[in-house]
Amino acid sequence: MSEATIAPPQAAAPLARPGLHRLGRRLGPFLLALPVPLLLLAFWHFAVANGLTRLIPSPAEVAEYMVDFAVGGIWDDAFSATLHIHLLASASRVYGGFLLAALVAVPLGILIGRVALVRQLMDPFLQLMRPIPVTAWLPLSMILFGLGTQSAFFLVFLGAFYPILLNTILGVKNVEPRLFEAAAMLGCRGNAQFFKVVLPASLPSIFTGLRLGLGLAWFVIVVGEMTGVPQGLGAVIMDGRTLSRTELVICGMIVIGVAGFLSDRAVVMLMNRLLRWSPMHRG
Amino acid sequence: MAEIPILDIQGVGKTYILNDSRIEALRDANLTVRKGEFICLIGASGCGKSTLLRIVAGFEAPTAGQALMWGKPIAGPAPDRGMVFQDYGLFPWLTVRENIGFGPASRGRPKAEVRDTVERFIALIGLARFADAHPHQLSGGMKQRVAIARVLANDAEVVLMDEPFGALDAMTRERLQDELLELWQRTGLTVLFVTHSIEEAIFLSDRVVVMEPGPGRIASAHPVELPRPRDVASPEFNLVRRELGARLHSHHGKKAA
Repeated sequence: MSEATIAPPQAAAPLARPGLHRLGRRLGPFLLALPVPLLLLAFWHFAVANGLTRLIPSPAEVAEYMVDFAVGGIWDDAFSATLHIHLLASASRVYGGFLLAALVAVPLGILIGRVALVRQLMDPFLQLMRPIPVTAWLPLSMILFGLGTQSAFFLVFLGAFYPILLNTILGVKNVEPRLFEAAAMLGCRGNAQFFKVVLPASLPSIFTGLRLGLGLAWFVIVVGEMTGVPQGLGAVIMDGRTLSRTELVICGMIVIGVAGFLSDRAVVMLMNRLLRWSPMHRG
Repeated sequence: MAEIPILDIQGVGKTYILNDSRIEALRDANLTVRKGEFICLIGASGCGKSTLLRIVAGFEAPTAGQALMWGKPIAGPAPDRGMVFQDYGLFPWLTVRENIGFGPASRGRPKAEVRDTVERFIALIGLARFADAHPHQLSGGMKQRVAIARVLANDAEVVLMDEPFGALDAMTRERLQDELLELWQRTGLTVLFVTHSIEEAIFLSDRVVVMEPGPGRIASAHPVELPRPRDVASPEFNLVRRELGARLHSHHGKKAA
């Protein structure tokens, strides 16, 4: 955007050059991202082909099973053409739990960051609860919410809650004091400063928390769906394990990975739009 | 009856309590400023010049004496006293246009009026091409122009400047000094300008107020009678600079002794 970076057009340069250049610039990172996964895939393929392991199916077998898992018509077993059902079930728990966590953690974090009384009331308790891993909550959550969907939902909520809360508190507490002075001398005082200074200034940190929280939500969903849930990618992985169907386990892993990646990209895109002003948020 | 001065600092002192020890940042400061005056506060660090400025801004309350504007005690920050910070203090999430419009909009001015004011000041500081840029895309000089425009667009009568050009390179600093003087002459503003550069103080001000540390206090005030525009290379300018320099250094000498 800065003036200095805009070079004057070069008369001698052929016309097609800038377009090609732009294409190269866009493709460059994409092409560079490919070699590492391709090499790993090749290693996997040759390891299986040369009998290094008999327990893991080859990439081709997994790919074939993935097609069956997604659209059916190859094996026609209980898992054929069920990907969308499991994905939808998991995604609804991930986003439901995540949204609920955001809805509670962002306002609570703002209060803890801004109001000393709330901080004194809540901070010691939350600091004490925070080190308890989500997996440790599993048995208790099953007792509290029963076997099934609600328990998974609760675990996802818990997993996403702390990163959102902690980053919101951090953002709200770290607003530059200078900006409050600037707002006050321009005639914006008291509660008006909340929406005009505190909220925009802590938005980058809140977004960092949301991004971490959503990542953890996809992480926790497998734990949440391990027991007593008929549908969901975590359930697929656990069923695959019980049935010794390794290709099913790997398919479940791949789908979770891709879904988690895509949902992270969506947050990053939203973040880039909303935080155009922050040079640190270009992802 | 005497004319009421725009600013009247009467015996102002400021003592901080830090970890059970008292730090006297400013003692018994007295200063009267007429409307339209350009005053520079100069002195070594710890002389209380920034404290005095912050008290006039209303960011801090004096622990002794009182600071009056148009005869009324200053109670907190308000738009009639605009501050220009060394580190700009612009809102990074707002564009140049929105930063300048922040004050008028906060004070509930009608949208059309805010827009007109903003456009006028953007033209005044010559940043029309950057009106929709965010602060991180601007150079230091541009940011400081926006910070000045933001204060002026909000109808400030007194502009308080805390080493505003200290972070800029020499050429940008000189240009902004010229621009500031032009603005000041055109608008009849009252300016209180903190600097640690003797040359800057003499070039800009009607009166140079010399401050001393330990505890911070006003040591002396020197009217600058040189005709404007001033030429920093002229013998007259250098004479004043030498006098004032001797004055400042004698304080330093006393402190070291």
